[in-house]
Amino acid sequence: MLSQERAPIYEALKEYRAKRIVPFDVPGHKMGRGNPELTEFLGRECMTVDVNSSKPLDNLCHPVSVIKEAEQIAAEAFGAKNAFFIVNGTTAAVQAMALAVAKRGEKIIMPRNVHRSAINALILGGAVPVYVNPGVNKELGIPLGMTVEDVEKAILENPDAKAVFVNNPTYYGVCSDIKKIADLAHAHGMYLLADEAHGTHFYFGDNMPLAGMKAGADFAAVSMHKSGGSLTQSSFLLTADTVNEGYVRQIINLMQTTSGSYLLMSSLDISRRNLALHGREIFAKVQSYAQYMRDEINEIGGYYAFSKELCDGGAFYDFDVTKLSIHTRDIGLAGIEVYDILRDRYGIQIEFGDIGNILAYVSIGDRELYLDRLIGALNDIKRIYSKDKTGMLDHEYINPIVKLSPQDAFYGNKKSVPIEQSSGKISGEFVMCYPPGIPILAPGEQITDEILAYIKYAGDKGCFLTGTQDLEIKNIMILDE
Amino acid sequence: MDLWFTENHSDSVRFSIRVDKQLYSEQSEYQRIDVFQSLEFGRLLALDGYVMITQKDEFIYHDMIVHVPMAVKKDIKNVLVIGAGDGGTVRELCRYSTIEHIDLVEIDKKVVEVCEEYFPEMTVSMHDPRLDIHFTDGLRFVRRKQGEYDLIIVDSTDPFGPGEGLFTPEFYGNCYNALTDTGVLVNQHESPFYVNDAKAMCRAHERIKSVFPVCAVYQAHIPTYASGHWLFGFASKGLDPIKDLDEQHWNSLGLKTRYYNTELHKGCFALPSYVKEMLETGEVLDVRR
Repeated sequence: MLSQERAPIYEALKEYRAKRIVPFDVPGHKMGRGNPELTEFLGRECMTVDVNSSKPLDNLCHPVSVIKEAEQIAAEAFGAKNAFFIVNGTTAAVQAMALAVAKRGEKIIMPRNVHRSAINALILGGAVPVYVNPGVNKELGIPLGMTVEDVEKAILENPDAKAVFVNNPTYYGVCSDIKKIADLAHAHGMYLLADEAHGTHFYFGDNMPLAGMKAGADFAAVSMHKSGGSLTQSSFLLTADTVNEGYVRQIINLMQTTSGSYLLMSSLDISRRNLALHGREIFAKVQSYAQYMRDEINEIGGYYAFSKELCDGGAFYDFDVTKLSIHTRDIGLAGIEVYDILRDRYGIQIEFGDIGNILAYVSIGDRELYLDRLIGALNDIKRIYSKDKTGMLDHEYINPIVKLSPQDAFYGNKKSVPIEQSSGKISGEFVMCYPPGIPILAPGEQITDEILAYIKYAGDKGCFLTGTQDLEIKNIMILDE
Repeated sequence: MDLWFTENHSDSVRFSIRVDKQLYSEQSEYQRIDVFQSLEFGRLLALDGYVMITQKDEFIYHDMIVHVPMAVKKDIKNVLVIGAGDGGTVRELCRYSTIEHIDLVEIDKKVVEVCEEYFPEMTVSMHDPRLDIHFTDGLRFVRRKQGEYDLIIVDSTDPFGPGEGLFTPEFYGNCYNALTDTGVLVNQHESPFYVNDAKAMCRAHERIKSVFPVCAVYQAHIPTYASGHWLFGFASKGLDPIKDLDEQHWNSLGLKTRYYNTELHKGCFALPSYVKEMLETGEVLDVRR
């Protein structure tokens, strides 16, 4: 056992700094001296550890010393065989696991409400998605997890699929029965991939949904920078002993930078140590914050901060109680409208708002005072802005009609048309609201009137739409038939 | 011995009071609480290093935060006081026999205990049968109330510590909700002088203005607060702080006050031009280098 109290990269950086090595290597700012303005802004301490790979500091592409050791300690902390430090965001971790299991033309079974990074991996590698429609909660209008039955049906219909991909949890905190799905996948010789961009804390807190590696996942992409406290863009890819470590590293190196940031890597190292040593207390506190806010917000009336009472043993198998997801449609406001009012009038920035819900991200960085500010603001928004809810769109998920694989569509012959004239055509690109970055349309899917109405509604309500070549989303690339 | 208490009134201005001895010091759950025996100002209470009250000038603050609204709205029966664990505001309120009930919401129980011990003349009414003390966050308390209070007094610390939540639009909105249709909100409104205080003051004013139809600012001279020039806010759903002043009625009560009088009441809403301009434009002149 390696000690979780160690943080090898952090220790190596401190030693490196103390040795006052004369830098005749990159980065050219040379520990900040070459860029006094940036140094003044970010702080000298920060700049002195923005350094290059070297023998004492190891190399992210081919780790043999301190990074290797840090990766091993991280793997132990998460109960994985291997952990890979990722500095290109969890996007890179998700893409690496998808690319590692399926080659061109091979199938991956996945829910349609995946993050765009999962479909991006299919464009890159040419694998073909087999979509399982997620369950939908009609009242909240949100997509949920997958039922075991639906996954089983997809597996039986596609026995040649290479892997099953699971969101653990979804953006809203909803979990599928990942253990049963993992068992099913393995029984049919498929890998289980867990997208745990929102599930880092499942490994460390009590009373949490089951973590991917503990459920038997072969891969898990874990966003340390969300609930784990590390710097934005830093992440882990975890693998089990069923996976070839060297091959996965090669896949990661296809796209990951060869100049891995030591700021990001040391933040992963220190954050992993913190979670391993103190995670239980940290997430007990976060749970109590979130529960307090749920209780108070539900007492206001008109809002519904949902939780485990919605668990149904199926597509809403479990819920991450640290997530503060709030349904707002009953006060006559779209989530995105509440999101905008909170920022513009009350100076409160939340994680996202969509058609019917908002998500406030609660973490160890919160102060009790701020919890009450958000509750007080929601109370005041209801007083000032609430209105009749008739005429509001009530769903977040539209079953896709897949005509072509994402890769064939993305690289196919395309032309640009005004979006309102695209109904019936096959989309050559993504359209999504960001956040949460779950595609409304993905390349290869048929555009329908319902989808166009949804896009228009989301845009009118103030959602930040992304994905198309045309930054104004007035035109869309369609397949030239 | 040469012992001084020093408070930074800005990053580069200091205000010092000679101290005879320190009587009390403790870090509570929320803030650091100190009590000093000073030579010029008598006893002094400091929270997080900022002077809250001194024996010598507390009467100015407490007169102005209580008697101004009480003279405008004579039928006040139910009052909510937020902050004010030192007891001074409650002491002044309890002089009105027409007040039937006071809720005092103080986040820090320790402040009340310390003041009862070291400032007995300020805490004389802290056991008045009309008073209920709640040790909780003001924002949390007020959002559960609807149309209950004739008067809300926000006797808070500065917006840079535990009092931060009491300077927010959500708090003012929740206060609006908690007031009756003729209710009045009075708040400690910071100073217009040093840049950071002035900016906080403008922000508070702008936020109150976005919630209440009537929104006025009045001033007092409080020597131990930054620059000595201090402001209060008067907001209501309709009552005007000057037009609705009932001088005769208030004077008939025969309350003896050392700072407040009804002549001063009419004058204290007349503000210096630079303050008026700041309140209108929200812009603070900054000559700092």
